[in-house]
Amino acid sequence: MIKTVITSKGNKTSSLFDPRFGRAEWFCIYDEDKEETSFVENESQNTVHGAGRKAVEQIVELGAGRVISGDFGPRSKELLDQFKIQMVVFQGEGMTIAEIIKKIK
Amino acid sequence: MSRRKRLRRILAPPGFKGYRPYGHIRGKMDHIELLYEEYEAIKLADYDHMNHQEASVLMGVSRPTFARIYESARRKIAMALVETREIRSASGNAWMDESWFLCEDCQSRFTMPSTIQAQRCPLCKSANIKAIHTA
Repeated sequence: MIKTVITSKGNKTSSLFDPRFGRAEWFCIYDEDKEETSFVENESQNTVHGAGRKAVEQIVELGAGRVISGDFGPRSKELLDQFKIQMVVFQGEGMTIAEIIKKIK
Repeated sequence: MSRRKRLRRILAPPGFKGYRPYGHIRGKMDHIELLYEEYEAIKLADYDHMNHQEASVLMGVSRPTFARIYESARRKIAMALVETREIRSASGNAWMDESWFLCEDCQSRFTMPSTIQAQRCPLCKSANIKAIHTA
């Protein structure tokens, strides 16, 4: 039912976890029910200003209920709170997406 | 060891630090600590006129547990009135929508929006979590 977004440095499950949120390179969407992963590029990674806000918009459009990242900026926190999206701050630098998915299963 | 207390959800902490009696003849007495969840129970039941079932859902506990919190709150207030004691609010086992949690097993921090029911770490599914009081 719930979709989880994990910030990623690449578009494969062997890619590394990206600890940045607004400027993460890719978003990995993990569907708990279907146990499927898909990747979308973060449209706001190269924005000069307000990357976090645009990233939140993209995540809301993807219909995710949870975001796993290394940290969130103050604007992103506020917006994700409003949209009732669960934020998970995880110090998982150096871990791959596959390893994180294994943890949340 | 007794069972862990499930965290109780509250909407907002009380708007006071405490209440102190005046004009009493007895000397200084020890204060009574009214926990956030006890304040919330009184507010939901006696100020918002909810029944215990509705109030327990809001606080994320069972109806009997809500009744126990409410009972404890009433007894504390009665005790404070009769024994002319000061009431102070204390944080207790409560959390708010903006609260952050820490998983004591994998050290991740996370929020718990009201859409999520399970009180578990979203990453490692551990129930060993605690609320971080930032306020």
